[in-house]
Amino acid sequence: MSILVDKNTRLLIQNITGREGMFHAARLMEYGTKIVAGVTPAKGGEWVLGGKVPVFDAVQGAVEATGANCSLSFVPAMFAADAMLEAADAGVPLIVCISEGVPVQDMMQVRKYLDQKKVRLIGPNCPGVLTPGGSNVGIIPGHIAIPGDIGVVSRSGTLTYEVLHALKQRGLGASTCVGIGGDPINGTSFIDVLALFEDDPGTERVVLIGEIGGNDEEKAAEFISEHMTKPVVAFIAGQTAPPGKRMGHAGAIVEGGSGLAADKIAALQAAAVKVARHPEEIPELLG
Amino acid sequence: MKLHEYQSKQLFAQHGVPIPRGRVAATASEAKTIAQELGGRVVIKSQVLVGGRGKAGGIRLADSPEEAQDVATLILGMQIKGLPVRKVLVDEAADIKTEIYLGVTNDRSARCPVMIASAEGGVEIEQVAKATPEKIIKAHIDPLLGLRDYQARHLAAGIELRRELWRDFTAIARGLFRVYQRTDASLAEINPLVITGEGRLIALDGKMVLDDNGLFRHPDLAEMRDMDEEAPAEREARKYGLSYVKLDGNIGCMVNGAGLAMATMDIIKLFGGEPANFLDIGGGAGAEKVAAALQIILGDSNVKAVMFNIFGGITRCDEVARGILAALSENASRVPMVIRLVGTNEAEGQKLLAEAEMITATSLADAAKKTVAAVKEALR
Repeated sequence: MSILVDKNTRLLIQNITGREGMFHAARLMEYGTKIVAGVTPAKGGEWVLGGKVPVFDAVQGAVEATGANCSLSFVPAMFAADAMLEAADAGVPLIVCISEGVPVQDMMQVRKYLDQKKVRLIGPNCPGVLTPGGSNVGIIPGHIAIPGDIGVVSRSGTLTYEVLHALKQRGLGASTCVGIGGDPINGTSFIDVLALFEDDPGTERVVLIGEIGGNDEEKAAEFISEHMTKPVVAFIAGQTAPPGKRMGHAGAIVEGGSGLAADKIAALQAAAVKVARHPEEIPELLG
Repeated sequence: MKLHEYQSKQLFAQHGVPIPRGRVAATASEAKTIAQELGGRVVIKSQVLVGGRGKAGGIRLADSPEEAQDVATLILGMQIKGLPVRKVLVDEAADIKTEIYLGVTNDRSARCPVMIASAEGGVEIEQVAKATPEKIIKAHIDPLLGLRDYQARHLAAGIELRRELWRDFTAIARGLFRVYQRTDASLAEINPLVITGEGRLIALDGKMVLDDNGLFRHPDLAEMRDMDEEAPAEREARKYGLSYVKLDGNIGCMVNGAGLAMATMDIIKLFGGEPANFLDIGGGAGAEKVAAALQIILGDSNVKAVMFNIFGGITRCDEVARGILAALSENASRVPMVIRLVGTNEAEGQKLLAEAEMITATSLADAAKKTVAAVKEALR
């Protein structure tokens, strides 16, 4: 069992004909993800991935023709908001946006609009969602994770790979790994994913990978102490980050004394969450 | 990206927010000319991107054009918190009766803009929020609807503004929200917004921070960037699409991915070292980018060792290795280097580096321990 994506996921890829879209689409297909359609405006009618996947001009047409139920977007930041809104309007229930650099004001509008539509957005600026052995919807290298009972949720990309790799080395596998993204405003928060893991019979334990900036981890701690029965192990990156500086991710910044790693760690520990001192300690703490 | 006061106020004026008459000057004689044009008393304000200009003596009054020239000479020779003053704003001095605060910013937690007003103007709003939170009035704004007039009136009433000023205040709030929205700002702030003796509202000082990710829509604003805002190494890094932040330690770090880069800094500290920088080469970095990154790291004279932590996915370990070799061939530096390559083309990468006399590590903890040990050895 898993959350969000599995073998029944019928994926459409927005901007499938772009450099990144092409590269990752091929990898995902090799992994076993069911890619049913691509969308690139004004390229409708073409076929890609060895002539196996049809390209459409618009998401609406792609959904009607193929029954796609999930969209993965590689649309460049300047058009990314438009792509998310288009997918939502076409009735796609799950949108995963990889694009980095989407303006914050765009995201405020997108999030507000999507909330009214009851559409789930993962990202932007995220590595996507991977259900090992089921479906890979994003850019996480599939081979670094094996199927298992650990739910992984993270604001980061390669740090998540590091953790999946460390788990695999100990023979530990993941039910689903969800990268929620490093932007200050995203579609899905820690709490949303924790709730899904709590309800998923295939998930027995959860790893939460947070970082400096915002208060999503504090909210997660509150949720864990009130609603979670499954054990959670966490790691928070950025203890050595100086205040007022953006650490790569648009959302990774300590502002006006808030968003500190120490506060997040304290909140999680208060919620009986074991917090690892470094990523490779996570497998030990899972016990 | 931060804007200067004079740039912010020009944008305010373009969107209907009243500002004092005045212009920016780069020399004392220009300041004198502007003071002559304005007539009467003027205020000379240093244009640097830090707070506390007034306390540092960077804002002064002048009663005549000659005095304006003298004051400008003084201020243009100053450094404020390490930043050289390159420009001064010469404004007509306002007849200030009351100072209030009005600003709009992103509320990350509420995921929408928030407009904030306070009767306590002229001081930092964070201080007011801490000391007297009841004096902060907020209005959360629907990002799809924008600021509505009733919300501006809610703020006006909340700060007990005289009713005859509500109409002007609402117009200013609307203008401020417009400038925030049309420039992709993350902060647009009037502090103070003053009420003059004649009962007029004027934006005496202004501050704006723009979302770097929104600058593609505003090439004109992107050009306003003050190069002093960033350290030279950070500027150089941005040119190559690298994300770099200098720290005070002596262990240089090169990592792919922001979260992993932070985790790498943290683990260095955990094992008793001090990171010299945050550096994310990003996803899929080629050899050229890696070489540039290493030059930037080695350009910091504090660096006594370098730790590479590459988790190959889209990034290929052999590309990273080629970049490292290219940089080393150009740089005489022989500080110890510890490298950990995992993932895509890891074997090819390690083979390339076999002759470069680097210390190799398998795990993250192993790499951190070896790097810290290498620094201790180097400093002995």
